[in-house]
Amino acid sequence: MGKRNSMMRKEAMVGYLFASPWFIGLVLFTLFPIAASIRYSFMDYNILQPPVWVGLDNYKALFQDELFWISLYNTFYYVFLSVPLTMIIGLAIAMLLNADIKGIALYRTLYYMPSIVPLVAASILWAWMFDPNFGILTNIVQFFGLPAPGWLSDPAWAKNSLILMSLWGAGGGMIIYLAGLKNIPKVYYEAAEIDGAGVIHRFFKITLPLLSPTLFFQLIIGIIGSFQVFTQSFMITGGGPNDSTLFYVLYLYNNAFRFWKMGYASALAWVLFVIIMVFTWINFKLSKKWVHYDQM
Amino acid sequence: MASLDLSNRQADKTIRYSAKGFRAGWSSAVQHAVLLAGSIIFVFPLLWLVSTSLKSELQVFKVPPELIPKPFEWSNYVDMWTYFPFFQFLENTMIIVVLSMAGVLVTAPLVGYAFARLRWPGRDLSFMLLLATMMLPSQVTMIPLYLLFNQLGWVNTFLPLWVPAWFGGGAFNVFLIRQFLMSIPRDLEESAFIDGGGYATIYVRIMLPLIQPVIMTIAIFQFMGAWNDFVGPLIYLNDQSKFTLSLGLRVFQQQTGNSQGEIGMMMAATTIMIIPVIAFFFLAQKKFIEGVVLTGIKA
Repeated sequence: MGKRNSMMRKEAMVGYLFASPWFIGLVLFTLFPIAASIRYSFMDYNILQPPVWVGLDNYKALFQDELFWISLYNTFYYVFLSVPLTMIIGLAIAMLLNADIKGIALYRTLYYMPSIVPLVAASILWAWMFDPNFGILTNIVQFFGLPAPGWLSDPAWAKNSLILMSLWGAGGGMIIYLAGLKNIPKVYYEAAEIDGAGVIHRFFKITLPLLSPTLFFQLIIGIIGSFQVFTQSFMITGGGPNDSTLFYVLYLYNNAFRFWKMGYASALAWVLFVIIMVFTWINFKLSKKWVHYDQM
Repeated sequence: MASLDLSNRQADKTIRYSAKGFRAGWSSAVQHAVLLAGSIIFVFPLLWLVSTSLKSELQVFKVPPELIPKPFEWSNYVDMWTYFPFFQFLENTMIIVVLSMAGVLVTAPLVGYAFARLRWPGRDLSFMLLLATMMLPSQVTMIPLYLLFNQLGWVNTFLPLWVPAWFGGGAFNVFLIRQFLMSIPRDLEESAFIDGGGYATIYVRIMLPLIQPVIMTIAIFQFMGAWNDFVGPLIYLNDQSKFTLSLGLRVFQQQTGNSQGEIGMMMAATTIMIIPVIAFFFLAQKKFIEGVVLTGIKA
């Protein structure tokens, strides 16, 4: 018994030793910052002067801050359009690519490539394509005889332009949907076809239910990621015109690193955290209605 | 995990196309047409980027625009150097990429091994904590970390951009290694114990070789993450001599963005920043896709 005990103690010691980098990191780079962030959110702190405790003032100020509401609206608009559209396009491409035709490997590569382009580089490229005078997009739209929108200069259109840009990366999700599609047993489709089920019927009765865990995961990841949209608007529009692309995290960044309102920015960060948690929670609740785990 | 290989030639037949000869041929032609049209849309921005980077100033601003540069003008790639200290930025980027990759590759397997193969009190609770940290948006810790690094005098150094990677290399990477190691049978290390091997021997001789595939995946993602990182350098680096490529590109854009004469050069610089990522992708395509699929479904 004594020997067994000492062996277990040794294993535990080794375990702690091996896990220690993570433990130290957890305390230094996660737990301590979380505690500090909560504290700062109740303070006024501009780095130069020592922080001043202000209680709930930052949170109260948020609700009266017009830019807070604008940035929240812009972000919701972006999330609600970009996430579903990216998913639909990704899935559509995946279904087209889930076939045995010549050159399929090349097609997959071509669709996937844009999603690995660094966001900074993509932003510079798209800013040029959106250029009001020489941008290629205007020329393409006009080539088809359509009136070109004001892309980034029109407050009513700027968000849509950035959403359009986000769709360029839909190939990233495509790879994951494709893997999910390959997991669906072929016999299901064969049986359905024998029963006379059409393409649409097969899609809604076989493909969608069996792919629903993958779709659900992509939805959660997509929402969390899109709520944090930053680089595109920081690089391309700076939040303009008329704050129409002032996204939540851009506003948070401005407060922290342009206005040095560290306390206010911390309060913004916690509100974002709550919003993301609520959305994730709602999605988990809703998922019971449409996500099927019986397969895979 | 579904193994998915971009170069997979023996992809399974879809019934739709094997059903009837005539219909199969016809619909595959339609499919090609649709796929081709789609891929042109997706690749076009990249073609436009390279095309613009190879145009003379005169041709860049031509209306209507032309896709093919006439003649191919390489001067943008040459003139760029005078505006853009590319090698300095590249060196800075590489320092951060290498040091953070090393941190992840050294420490994430250690922690993953502890979580997957060793029993210690509090392990399951710690693992829950690890999963919970993955859900925390980075904006929450961004400000206190900045203030902490500021106090330490680390702002305007590379330290904040690579030191944290040495502490477990990120919850996600630990998670990935742990999942992989969980599936390995116990007998493997038990026989090593009987032969008198210690934990260090088992880790180095058995575990590390076993997790090679995950290590590759993590290395690829860490490279991409560090190479593409924008917000980190934006917050922590002040002197232009310390800028990374992504931050340098931003400065370049600010300096030249308004004077439209330098669009060609800017597109050249952008192309150069993208090339390593694309090259890396083609080199490690199979591992890369496997990694995306693995991380996309199992997480």
